[in-house]
Amino acid sequence: MKDLALIALLAACGDNASGGYEPGEELAGGDTTVFDEGANAFSLAARNLIGDRRDKFFVGNSFFKRAWVTAPSSTSGVDGLGPTFNATSCAACHFKDGRGAPPQEADEQFLGLLIRLSVPGVAADGGPVGDPSYGGQFNHKSILGVAAEGNSTVTYVEVPGVFGDGTAYSLRKPTYEFTELAFGPFGDGIMVSPRVGPAMIGLGLLEAVDESTLVALADEDDADGDGISGRVNRVFDVRTQGAKIGRFGWKANQPSLEQQAAGAFLGDIGVTSTLFPDQNCSAAQVECTASPGGGVPEIADDKIDEVTYYSQLLAVPVRRNFQDPAVLRGKVLFHEAGCASCHTPKLVTGDLAQIPEVSRQTIFPFSDLLLHDMGPELADGRPDFLATGNEWRTPPLWGIGLVEVVNRHTNFIHDGRARDFSEAILWHGGEGEAAREAYRMMPERDRDAMIRFLESL
Amino acid sequence: MKAALRLSLVLLAACGGDDSGLDDAAPVIENYATIVHASYQETLTKAAAMKDAIDAFLANPDAAKLTAAQSAWIAAREPYGQTEGYRFYDGPIDDPTNGPEGRMNSWPLDEAYIDYVDGNANAGIINDPVGFPTLTKEIISAQNEKGAEENISTGYHAIEFLLWGQDFDDNGPGARPHTDYLTVGGTNQHQDRRGEYLASVTELLIDDLTFVNDAWSPGGANYGTDFQAIDNREALRRVLQGMGSLSGSELTGERMGTALDNRDQEDEHSCFSDNTHRDLRGNALSLQNIYLGRLGSFDGPGLDEIVAARDPALDAKMKEQVAASVAAIEAIPMPFDQAIMDDVDGRVKVEAAIDALKAQTDTTVEVATLLGITINLE
Repeated sequence: MKDLALIALLAACGDNASGGYEPGEELAGGDTTVFDEGANAFSLAARNLIGDRRDKFFVGNSFFKRAWVTAPSSTSGVDGLGPTFNATSCAACHFKDGRGAPPQEADEQFLGLLIRLSVPGVAADGGPVGDPSYGGQFNHKSILGVAAEGNSTVTYVEVPGVFGDGTAYSLRKPTYEFTELAFGPFGDGIMVSPRVGPAMIGLGLLEAVDESTLVALADEDDADGDGISGRVNRVFDVRTQGAKIGRFGWKANQPSLEQQAAGAFLGDIGVTSTLFPDQNCSAAQVECTASPGGGVPEIADDKIDEVTYYSQLLAVPVRRNFQDPAVLRGKVLFHEAGCASCHTPKLVTGDLAQIPEVSRQTIFPFSDLLLHDMGPELADGRPDFLATGNEWRTPPLWGIGLVEVVNRHTNFIHDGRARDFSEAILWHGGEGEAAREAYRMMPERDRDAMIRFLESL
Repeated sequence: MKAALRLSLVLLAACGGDDSGLDDAAPVIENYATIVHASYQETLTKAAAMKDAIDAFLANPDAAKLTAAQSAWIAAREPYGQTEGYRFYDGPIDDPTNGPEGRMNSWPLDEAYIDYVDGNANAGIINDPVGFPTLTKEIISAQNEKGAEENISTGYHAIEFLLWGQDFDDNGPGARPHTDYLTVGGTNQHQDRRGEYLASVTELLIDDLTFVNDAWSPGGANYGTDFQAIDNREALRRVLQGMGSLSGSELTGERMGTALDNRDQEDEHSCFSDNTHRDLRGNALSLQNIYLGRLGSFDGPGLDEIVAARDPALDAKMKEQVAASVAAIEAIPMPFDQAIMDDVDGRVKVEAAIDALKAQTDTTVEVATLLGITINLE
């Protein structure tokens, strides 16, 4: 009742893009949006996926959750784990289709946080060159009888800072260490890039955004002089054997959900597919090479297709408290601080073949899917196709307020170093520095309103 | 306590909240808690009998005692299948922090992580005395949980694998010889360690069943007591969420739809014993039990009573559909792993069972809507 009166007032002010309530903005995933704010909020099929079209979603979900087992096994459809791997299922790291986190305790193994490796140079496909002994990703687990690649740990150092109003804060800066390396030291000039598993929601909608939309959003040479120069990554598309705009992954290094899924099956679980037929055993990994596989390929094409379909049709949950005055105030501040320059609130999708549910939808992902220089503090120093060692793709913010409910943590940023929303903002550098400074200098009341807004997404 | 609670609920209802029009649900909720506990207790009893049979077999392994242990496993699965409707709402069985479901009933089993398999005589923890010098339930449990998600090596299906072995017979279950456990003159290696592993995972299963049984034990300071104290609408939401999830995504999608889609022999839950048809029947029965407030010959206040009071036609439809689902699953020719590969008859029957469960899922949502409850199904 009170809210309604307020909305009427706000609407009377005539502003709805950056302030006030924009009708429909709570439907972050357009017609796919689901109305669940609980622990399963990221696990639901698109609301407009109906009838028999849901069947394939369930089968895909089954393979997303299913643990792979050592070959040979009775369950020949899901054998072929490893020989080295990070996890036995997709859902292990994308728990409840949500977001992974770094270890919460010192002696905890990595799960939901993986480490990419490369040495200087550019591979034939234009991408990074993996370590000669350990490959492109550190696998700290293995099947029995095969050596795991080693162990990794993360430790943090507190870095103090001060808000504009004098209030102190502290950020934790991670350092990664590698022990028990099974094949000797890493190659010369090793580059190490830790990344948490992102939430799975709304990915089909992002795949449905036209390339022309992304190109139009890009401003490589900062022609408009706003200090923001988003650019597209162009990566190798294995299916077409050509270049394509990258849009998935922390550095936008994957062109499609199919390739993302097949890449993760191989890199994370050790399961080969038609797109990626070779086990990732380097020449040094003799036991790995000698291990019996689970067929050629280990995961059949139709199962990759089903998991891809599943990832295309996981819905985005509805926003909460979207008409709350503090949330609306936070929304204004979000725009005023310049956050929306990269965290683009609204996009309209194009057509995704075979998936009408995600096509031609008005969505609120809060991302431009472009690469931005985030400054030296966040840099992984590891180029990935066109992405430099300083660049990251703007991660979508939809659903981010429910990570705490679904995944029981609030660890944000690519490696989960931020412990809450405020720390995540404070880590922004490079092109995000002006927005970060705007936030840092805000009075507490405004900072809180910004957080309330993020929590409502 | 209860009176104070009811009062606060009335207040809530006055502010447009929560329990309006569900005053008649209290006996249904109480009966649900009673039935949940009774089913877990029966499950625990049957599992304890299985443990006795396994202990007797391990003490003096012979073919007859192996058969007796297998029969005890089959008998222990019957009540467990009927508890699976109590999942999917973060109750004790699948509490995100300490729920034991993953340790008890995970599938597919990582056979080669446990014991020898066709093609690798040296596979598994059992055949790795260097890596695993002693085998206890603590060590095996820690292994299973390492990193939160590890190779599945415990629970009913681990016991099943250790009793039957891999199934290479199109028309029957696995045929592990009892001599796999003979420490003198036995087949395959590490017979003593195989026995230790089997004993340990059996103990672990009993521990986990005891945990869920205790959580629903009447009168305790536990989940079952809390469940009866929350407001009626939330309690019924959990009940319906469990029903809808089991019949919707888990049974139609995960356990039947996926197997149908794969057309892969052994893509079935109890693949070593060929007992999947009984698992599925138990699950369908679980849904019927919950709706009717029933367990075995006991019939208490169920959802049927409060639905019939509001919409007799909907109650009739739901009753008919839960019975139809059980019948459709019973009609699937056994073993299930052959049914999913038989285009003429088996697959048609599996599809019919899936359709029956889908219809029942839709009606479950209608029941929820009738009671002013929103359930979110995958």
